Order: sequence, then structure tokens, then C-alpha cells
Amino acid sequence: MRIVVLIKQVPDTDDVKLDPEKGTMIREGTGNIINPLDLNALQAAVEIKAVMKPETRITAVSMGPLSTEYALREAMALGADDCLLLTDRRFAGADSWSTAKVLSCAIKEIGEVDIILAGEKATDGETGQVGPEVAAMLNIPFSTYISDIKPGENKVTVTRTVEDGYELQRIDYPCLMTVISAINNPGMPTLEGKMRARRAAIKRMSADELRIDEKALGLKGSPTRVVKVTTPKKTRQTRLYSGSSIDEGIGELIEVLEAKGLL
Amino acid sequence: MHRDVMVITEVRQNKLLPVSLELTGKARALADKLKTRVTAVVLYNGMDVELETMINHGADRVIHSRDKIFRLFNQAVHTNVISRIIEEEAPEIVLAGATSTGRTVLPAVAGRINTGLTADCTGLDIEQESGLLLQTRPAIGGNIMATIKTPEHRPQMATVRPKTFKIPDPVRRSGEIIEFKLSEHLKKTSVEPLGFKKLPGNEENIQELDVIVSGGKGLKRKESFKMLERLAKLLDGAVGASRPTIEAKWMDYPHQVGLSGKVVSPKLYFAIGISGAIQHIAGMETSGLIVAVNKDKNAPIFEFSDYGFCGDLFDILPKLISRIEEKKNADGDQHV
Repeated sequence: MRIVVLIKQVPDTDDVKLDPEKGTMIREGTGNIINPLDLNALQAAVEIKAVMKPETRITAVSMGPLSTEYALREAMALGADDCLLLTDRRFAGADSWSTAKVLSCAIKEIGEVDIILAGEKATDGETGQVGPEVAAMLNIPFSTYISDIKPGENKVTVTRTVEDGYELQRIDYPCLMTVISAINNPGMPTLEGKMRARRAAIKRMSADELRIDEKALGLKGSPTRVVKVTTPKKTRQTRLYSGSSIDEGIGELIEVLEAKGLL
Repeated sequence: MHRDVMVITEVRQNKLLPVSLELTGKARALADKLKTRVTAVVLYNGMDVELETMINHGADRVIHSRDKIFRLFNQAVHTNVISRIIEEEAPEIVLAGATSTGRTVLPAVAGRINTGLTADCTGLDIEQESGLLLQTRPAIGGNIMATIKTPEHRPQMATVRPKTFKIPDPVRRSGEIIEFKLSEHLKKTSVEPLGFKKLPGNEENIQELDVIVSGGKGLKRKESFKMLERLAKLLDGAVGASRPTIEAKWMDYPHQVGLSGKVVSPKLYFAIGISGAIQHIAGMETSGLIVAVNKDKNAPIFEFSDYGFCGDLFDILPKLISRIEEKKNADGDQHV
């Protein structure tokens, strides 16, 4: 069996503080990490590999600049057997459709793939669109918001956790699945994994090697275009109460709730 | 060519979701600017969905398909049917709710028909000179707002967060109801829905409610969520939770607010014992009124709140609850 895990390298938003005046992220001192939900996807791959004998191979695939090697080595330390970096200046500025185009072409190049796993969304773009778009471009079945995976011989049974409950679905291979954090607790890298990751040669592929139509690449090839970016100013005037003023604050709050019809 | 504004409605458990009417109303406003029609698409199974509702909320046409295959959600069938309808109708704009369903089906449709899609919009408008759809969404953890266009590809597609737009007042108007004939070919898929288990109890989808009372690690233990449940019940709201409390298994995942959970925008949001990590802030900062309770006066959450209570939540919360109870009891007495 062959499993591909789609990895995105993102800024480490957990440590990021906000500048409340400008409303922007204070990025100083923050590094890049694997998108947290992609770690869950990788862990799911490791767990599938543990039960699907014989011979399951996990390949981590990422599109990004050369620095994305870091995330791929990390993925190998966490259990990926090999990895593939899709890197090309012409990929820069790709929206979700163009990104999916590159990833789907790479998966076609890899060849026989049974399962593709990804996080439900990334913490930076948060669109959650790349997974389903890749599945559509490969014309394979997919499922999203997955909190449980039970791989079988010919089909996989999954649980989707949605707004009002849990959906159970059975899907044919090959398929693509996007996972949420409830699915597992990502493991820690092993010493052996770290050693292997450090030594590994990172395979790279460019747009030409992937044989992607130039017209689908990067900013120019993206159907959507960001035309304006605004920073919302801090609009809330915080009324802060502490110690003896708390009772008074509760009174004011209750008045406001009543006035707004929320009581 | 009509180049309609198309709304993909959503029916869950035999009920039309409010976001469908919110979007129908917004689609009406956009279509008026473009001097075109609004077409609503309804895929459903049960008897309870009145198609005229869509017309009374602004649609000119309703394309519907009623089939038992829609009893359980099947992303493959939805993708097939919606892609086909879009190919046949060639709409100018397609809108769907940014729900688990919309965020699953629309990207698959975009991948299939090769067009652009903008996720989680909180603003939509028509650019005057070009007639293009301006799609505005929060980006980078909600700290910037990005406006996005789809200049050449058609249709221009967007998912829109629930509660972004108001449901318009219904007016009696006439429209066309068109049945979409579902061919066996479109129903044939490699996805087989096996069942649906509703969340335990009477829990509702937190995104649909006007009030959310969320708790974080400051609650110290799972049992403290009982207090939050009491406050939520008093205000007809729901309980939300920060990521660390979900990871500690104090609450179930459907309650998680934040980038890795749900993005919510209720009229009233309480952040109790939540310090305000960026990933949480991004999930709630568009709420109407935000009230924070935290013992650390430097907690970032206060910067994003209208009312901040700095102190021990185990003192403050019981006081707040009892004062609201008193108030409600007093109001109740007046009505007798």
C-alpha cells in the first residue's frame, strides 16, 4: 500500500502574539512548523501502516520554497518513509486551485497511491479547499472532517465529525481523506527517525518535471486574486473591571444585555 | 444568457439551515445590482422543506431534486449534481454556507469545473465598474481582511460564514420551481454513507446560536464546565471550548472554537479562563459583544473584549449567574 501525506509548512501561530493596535501578527522569533492538522494526518498514516501489512510506504509531499525541506525532514522523523518537495519559482502566489493542480500532478507522477491524507485546513490560509480540490482533479472519492479511520482490505470506513453529529461512511480505495485534531495525538520523533531524516536526500520536482501547463502555475495561474488587504483597527473599547469594581461591571453588563435583548 | 446568482442551500436532518436563507437574501441584493436572477438549488429527501420559502426570501427560481439518496450526506453525489447544475445553468456567481457541507462540496466542485473559490467570506459585494464579485474574508488568523476577485473564471464561487448576513423578511412573491432529474449515473459513487449519529443530548450546532459561553484551561477541571452550561442555558446559548480543553478531553470536539475548530460569530461571546491565543481569537473575534473573564490582567483576550473582568473566575462567574437569575426572576414576576 502507498500512502501520500500532504504537508504544508506554516508560521508557528501558537507562539505568535498579536499587536492589538495594528491588529497584525508579531512574527519576530517565530519559526516555521508543519501545519498542526497535517501532523494528525501523518500520525493517521503511521497508524494505518501499523495495521496494513505487508509493506505500506508513506510519502510526505509538500509544495513550497526550498526551506520547506525542514518540514519534510520533520515528517520523515515522525514516520514518513520518503518525501517529495515540489519547488519552483513559478509556483509562488498559487491559490488553492493552483496548489491542488501541482499536488495532483505530483501524485500522478508518484503513480500507484491508495490513500492520500491531509489536515482539514492549514492554520495560515485556513481555506480547507486543497484536499477536496486534489481529489476532484484526480477524480477519486474523498471525505473530510475525519475523526476516525478504519482501513479495510478494499475499502476504508471513516467517521466525519460535523456540526451536529457523526457521519459514518465507507469509501473505495484510492481515496483522499482530510482529518481533524480529534483523530489522534501526533507522536514524537524517534531517535532512529531523526537520524534517518537528517541523512535523507530530499527529492525535488519542478513544474517542468511535473509536466504542468504553464497557464495553471502560481499567481498568474490562479483563478482567484487578492485585490485588497486591510488591517481592521482595534475597534473595541475594553471596559476592564477588577477587584471592587467587578460588581459594578456585572451590573453594567446586565443592563447592556437587556438593552440588546439578549436576556 | 441569464448569468444568475446561484445559492446552494443546505438541508440537514430534514431542515433547511438558516444560512440558506441568509444567502438567498444576500444573493437577491447582488442580483439586483447585476440585474439578473437568483436561483436556489435544493437537494433534499423529506417532506418538510417548502420550496416557496426560498422564493419568498428572494429567489426567482428554485431548482430542486428530492431523492432518498439525500437522506444521508454524500459528498460525491452532491459534487456530481451541483457540478452538473452549474454546467447546465452557467451561473455568474455560486454561493454556499461555510459549513462542513459547503466547505466539502464546493472545493470539489471548483476542482472539477476548474474555477476559483474563496472560503469563509464575511463580506460580499459587486464592484461597480467591472461587475465582479468582491469576496472579503479574514486572513492570517483574522488579523487582516483580504478582498478577493475571480477575474476570468466562471462561476465566481464563495463559501460564506453562517450569520454573516441577516435573513430578510419574507415577502410573498412568485417564482419558478424546476425539478432536476437525477440520473442513475450521477448517483453512482464510491462513497457509501452508513449512518448518522446525532450529538448526545439536545446539543445544537454552536455556530447557529446567538450566545456562546466558552471556557479555557483557566477552568482548571472538566467539572467547571457545568457552570458555563448553566450560564449558557440562562441565555439560550451553547457552550464552546478552547483547543487545550478539547485536548484534555474536558469537552467534545464539536464545541471547539478557533482555527482548528469552529469559527463562530454570535451576538454575545463569553471567553472564560481563555487567555486568547491567536488561534482562538481568530475563531471568535467577529462576535457582536465579547465578554472576557481572566485572572491575568495582561491576557491578550482583554484586548479583544468589550467587557473584561479581571479576577478569579470561580468568584466572578457565580456572581454573574446569580445576578442574571435575579434579573430574570424579577422580570418574570412583572409579567404575572
